Amino acid sequence: MSVARFWRKIPQRYNLIGTKCETCGQHFFPPRTFCPDCRRTGKIVDHKFAGTGTIVTYTVIQTAPDQFASPGPYVLAIIKLDEGPQMTSQIICDPKDAKIGMRVRGVFRKIATDGESGIIHYGTKFVPVE
Amino acid sequence: MVGIITYGVYIPRYRIKVEEIARVWGANGSEISAGLGVFEKSVPDLDEDAATIAVEAARNALLRRTIDPEQIGAVYVGSESHPYAVKPTACTVGEAIGATPNMTAADYEFACKAGTAAIQTCMGLVKSNMVKYGLAIGSDVSQGAPSDALEYTAAAGGAAYIIGNDDPIATLNHTCSFTTDTPDFWRREGQDYPRHGGRFTGDPGYFKHVKGASNLMLEQMKKTPKDYTYAVFHQPNAKFPQKVAKDLGFTADQIKPGLVVPRLGNTYSGASPVGLAATLDIAKPGDTIFVCSFGSGAGSDAFDITVTDAILSDTFRRGAAPSVEKLLQNPIYLDYAKYAKHKGKLVMQA
Repeated sequence: MSVARFWRKIPQRYNLIGTKCETCGQHFFPPRTFCPDCRRTGKIVDHKFAGTGTIVTYTVIQTAPDQFASPGPYVLAIIKLDEGPQMTSQIICDPKDAKIGMRVRGVFRKIATDGESGIIHYGTKFVPVE
Repeated sequence: MVGIITYGVYIPRYRIKVEEIARVWGANGSEISAGLGVFEKSVPDLDEDAATIAVEAARNALLRRTIDPEQIGAVYVGSESHPYAVKPTACTVGEAIGATPNMTAADYEFACKAGTAAIQTCMGLVKSNMVKYGLAIGSDVSQGAPSDALEYTAAAGGAAYIIGNDDPIATLNHTCSFTTDTPDFWRREGQDYPRHGGRFTGDPGYFKHVKGASNLMLEQMKKTPKDYTYAVFHQPNAKFPQKVAKDLGFTADQIKPGLVVPRLGNTYSGASPVGLAATLDIAKPGDTIFVCSFGSGAGSDAFDITVTDAILSDTFRRGAAPSVEKLLQNPIYLDYAKYAKHKGKLVMQA
């Protein structure tokens, strides 16, 4: 990943900054600049997601890409954030403990590193709520 | 008065027992544990480093008190394991807590006392009205060479302190330091592991500097050890802080709440700050706390602290973030092979 591509998404990666339509109340992550329902009457503002949600479904990745901080196996899940949108993220837990419907919360972790000398990609992963 | 507005700690879930490390190197684990007073140490997850620990500790501090992060005008992160040689951990922390861009930031390194040096800097900036709040963090994923004595204690963890003037939970009444050029422990540029002077780290290193700063503090505050409810000393192992406390005239009860090293190991820049946090976890208004850190190279920072009524007020929610005790509970134990993987000690194919 290029430095600029990572840098551009830092607000989303670190703090789950998405958007919200103030007209209809819908939340968007990744952020949308346009409400697909309200269209011209929509008013889009930034929204920081609480970082809590529920696992909708998941898979266990056995072979991770080389640059990933966790070499696998790791749990990759679709998480429904409490505000509504769904996102894909790693779940930090033993793969046998992952369950559909499990409550999770966001934490700050290393996602990947660009080789031995490149930048470190930090971001949000999720852990089970205890 | 300048003081601690809020604080937070983060300790990774993983642990390795001293006996397991000793098993690999053919050493006597129970003898080493008894000698050091350390039984297990924390180990970072595969995707944790000094920056992620610093962020989690800072976020835990912000859970305890409603503070506008944009009012934090300074972020200093002390560590001897910053992820980058050049690129500040403090910027990542500032971004991850929403304090950027109107803030100053820098990384500190002073072996195990960079975290308390960060607290001192924030005290100065707050007292001189240069910033409303300053964030000081000590965070490390400390390194110990395989089979070296340090490997039995070098742990991972950190604590974050927001320093300010408005209604602190504990006032920082005074700080003073004692510093000399003493090569008791070092790591050269590009080296993976630090080296140390063995027994030389004791008397000319730890004891000289901790006693130097502690006696200076007692003298300047015109106090005796009996005037304090609690005391926290840097804890590279359990033996050193217990001995220095006794030599200075502090009792075992005074240092007990802050002596977390037996179950945590030495979190380097995080060590004294985590010990102070464990003490604040149980402190009551009016309690007085003596703190003295130590960083090899070498120096000590001492603090005289008084806990205020604010620690029990509605503006501070001590239970909103995990206590040190809670973070030490429910560990996941690793064998040496998995520990080596977590610490990046295995040489992988390029």
